[in-house]
Amino acid sequence: MQNRYPMWVNLLVAGVVLFGLLFALPNIYGEDPAIQVALQNGDPLNEAAVTRIEGILQGEGLEITDAFLEEGRVVVRFAEEEAQFRAKPKLEETLGEEYISAMTLAPRMPDWMRSLGLNPMSLGLDLRGGVHFLFEVDMEAAIAQVMQNYERDFKTLLREEKIRYRSVRSTDDKVYVVLRDEADRDSARRLIAAETNEVQMLDTTVNGNPAIELTMTDVQLRQRQDFAIEQNITTLRNRVNELGVAEPVVQRQGLDRVVVQLPGVQDSAQAIKILGATATLSFHLVDETNNPLEAERSGRAPTGSRLYKNRNGQPVLLKRDVIVTGDQITDANAGFTEGQPAVFVDLGPKGARRMLDTTRNNIDRGMGVVFIEQKRRTIERGGERVDENYTDERVISVATIRGVFSNSFQITGLTSTEARDLALLLRAGSLAAPIYMVEERTIGPSLGQENINQGRLAVGIGFLLVVVFMLFYYRLFGLFANLALLVNLVMIVALLSLLQASLTMPGIAGIVLTVGMAVDANVLIFERIREELRNGNTPQAAIHSGYEKAFSSIADANITTLIAALVLWTLGSGPVRGFAVTLSLGIMTSMFTAIVGTRALVNLTYGGKSVDRLAI
Amino acid sequence: MQLIGKTTNIDFMGHRRLAVTVSIVLAIASIAALIVKGLAFGIDFTGGVLVEVGYPEDSDLVVVRSQLADGGFDTAIVQHFGTSRDVLIRLMPIEGMDGNDVREQILQSLRSDGSDIDLRRVEFVGPQVGQELTETGALAMLVAIIMILIYVALRFQWKFAVGAVAALVHDVVITLGFFAMLQFDFDLSVLAAILAVIGYSLNDTIVVFDRIRENMLKVRKGEPVDIMNLSINQMLARTLITGLTTLLVLLALFLLGGEVIRPFSIALIVGVIVGTYSSIYVASATALALKITVQDLLPPEKGEHEIDDLP
Repeated sequence: MQNRYPMWVNLLVAGVVLFGLLFALPNIYGEDPAIQVALQNGDPLNEAAVTRIEGILQGEGLEITDAFLEEGRVVVRFAEEEAQFRAKPKLEETLGEEYISAMTLAPRMPDWMRSLGLNPMSLGLDLRGGVHFLFEVDMEAAIAQVMQNYERDFKTLLREEKIRYRSVRSTDDKVYVVLRDEADRDSARRLIAAETNEVQMLDTTVNGNPAIELTMTDVQLRQRQDFAIEQNITTLRNRVNELGVAEPVVQRQGLDRVVVQLPGVQDSAQAIKILGATATLSFHLVDETNNPLEAERSGRAPTGSRLYKNRNGQPVLLKRDVIVTGDQITDANAGFTEGQPAVFVDLGPKGARRMLDTTRNNIDRGMGVVFIEQKRRTIERGGERVDENYTDERVISVATIRGVFSNSFQITGLTSTEARDLALLLRAGSLAAPIYMVEERTIGPSLGQENINQGRLAVGIGFLLVVVFMLFYYRLFGLFANLALLVNLVMIVALLSLLQASLTMPGIAGIVLTVGMAVDANVLIFERIREELRNGNTPQAAIHSGYEKAFSSIADANITTLIAALVLWTLGSGPVRGFAVTLSLGIMTSMFTAIVGTRALVNLTYGGKSVDRLAI
Repeated sequence: MQLIGKTTNIDFMGHRRLAVTVSIVLAIASIAALIVKGLAFGIDFTGGVLVEVGYPEDSDLVVVRSQLADGGFDTAIVQHFGTSRDVLIRLMPIEGMDGNDVREQILQSLRSDGSDIDLRRVEFVGPQVGQELTETGALAMLVAIIMILIYVALRFQWKFAVGAVAALVHDVVITLGFFAMLQFDFDLSVLAAILAVIGYSLNDTIVVFDRIRENMLKVRKGEPVDIMNLSINQMLARTLITGLTTLLVLLALFLLGGEVIRPFSIALIVGVIVGTYSSIYVASATALALKITVQDLLPPEKGEHEIDDLP
């Protein structure tokens, strides 16, 4: 019984330890305040931009520690927070609107590590502070929207082809085209079939008149829903960019949800308002032939008109026909006109033509701007609390058309904050379907730092307690186990840094638990060695069979724990996953360090010579 | 140093009737607590809003409550969190409002007297998400138990699998019962802890089973009760020491890890203690009750069957 590892195993252990140390190293340097500059449209920046930004900041006399490119963005590190605070407005002012700059923290590690692509662990929101939102996309509304578009398109189509129809009307998931006779129905069906293959048509009758019921095919329905989600994600990304956040996450989750994570953002209320806002505008002519007060009293608007309320709660009658909607707006900026807050709007060519036609024919008549917002509230239905969606529409301004205009005009009737938010929303694009926040987790920066400190302390003290106990209880072998435990910790940190999986508070709890459980393998082995010694075996034989016989127990025990951790990872969400990740990593690394690592040390110490007794 | 000088010779299985009685009483008490009092589910599962705020000085909960009541939040649960400068406010979903409105209005009410409060944490969970989290949580626990059952059945024998699962159901029920009895907050992190308890409990049980199998194959003749006693005694030092080191770190986490992680550490501490006990008594006693024999563990001998089939 020689108890010697072949050289390659020793080299493997040394290699793994070195690998662990290298990847864990970036974590010891800490972080500096920094600013991240990126292009609004997402194009990567180049070295020239680094030089330019450095120039701007040095021109201001601000002290820069380092400036470099990272994933197409320029990162500037500062020694002082004050410099960071002063630099941001300066950069925004000089670089202009195409650039976004966000305050962040950048690792202080030396350049050679960065050039090797090494990174410290990324901290979860609960450790660095920030907000986490889960939004749900209202799919029914997305489909209803598509149906409304069909309604408009089919009306135009039938009118252009001179087919007379009684009505074209959309519901949440269907469109009904009602015609005068069967012959018209046949030609309408042919016409629509030639125009689009996205709908299924079914002959029916509405109030005794021949009609066509149009529904979407299942494939089309799914495509539309996917499209709505993707479109919403794009819009949300644009909005997040407008907010100026470093390293944001915008991701689809499941069928109809989107996760948004904004590290470092403290004012979650403002963020939600901007991200979840469905606010859009629509422009209508004022119905001047009817009396709005009369309509309010009777509770019924005349045909072709709709009753709205303005800011002061007074009734306003607007024509149902839409001149232009918010999605035809190409650019919007907040400003002032005649001392009043205003939004300056640019329209695309289609919208501009409609606006031109309308204003030309309606000089000196009124035009109303409707502010439309999708909202959600909790109500009680059948004894259960459920969420309900509703649309909040109000008229923000009614103005008289004084002259002809087309692609560029301004809207007043808002407060200055509202004007700014509305301009931002119109710029970033509207959401294809309304979204509602279904989950939020916000952690303030002070709590984040506190969590880091407490986590570090708990890991440190827990580690120390175990180390002292092991040393006391197993002497030299305890020292081996402790070294293995230390390497195990380093390897968990290295793997987390390598995988860039976020470390969260539950993740730290997973590490602490791993520390406690990782020594289990060594306890099993050492107790077995003691048992073998008691049974009268020689020290070398005891070492050999101790490791040999304990192995199956260790493997079984760890695999079952790993099963539990994997289930957690697959089925768990946010906080639970963080725990599962560190627990699984810890189990896997501990198998290596506790079995192969300690054996290498034991072999180096006792192997290949005659030993009278073991320090165990 | 050694906790246990030489292999002990305690008649664990001889006391198994007493142990089983204790376990059954504890389990019934736990189930009763779960039915009568129920778990104090956090907003992760019920939906609602949780706001943690920090005051620059010690805060008076009576004042905070009256401020909230003035703001229309008379159903809010208000308590200190860790220190008397930290206040935790919890609300069930409120009719006619979304989470964002609720949070804003809570802050407004609290700042109405000019207090310079610091928003430390906000959690909002919609009623639907809460229900989903509850469902996936229950599913996770069930899936974990089934997968482990399958693994142990494949690796050992079904009687052992039943014993192992009996032990871990025992541990989970008692830990849950403990939370119900004392009405500690049951949130997502506690659920994670319970799943870790499943892993730990099993870990402990498997190690003992492994030795039972080894001894049964070595001894072959001999009563299962004696083999079990011998195995448990042989593994006693390891069972206790691993329990001890795990408890040491959990204690560090409980005392130093901060308020948020506390329910998590409590669940694990209870689970580890109960798990250590159950791996000694419950798991083996169950396997014994199922009349496990040495033959159950022997690999099937192919030869005999073929001979029988010969004409």
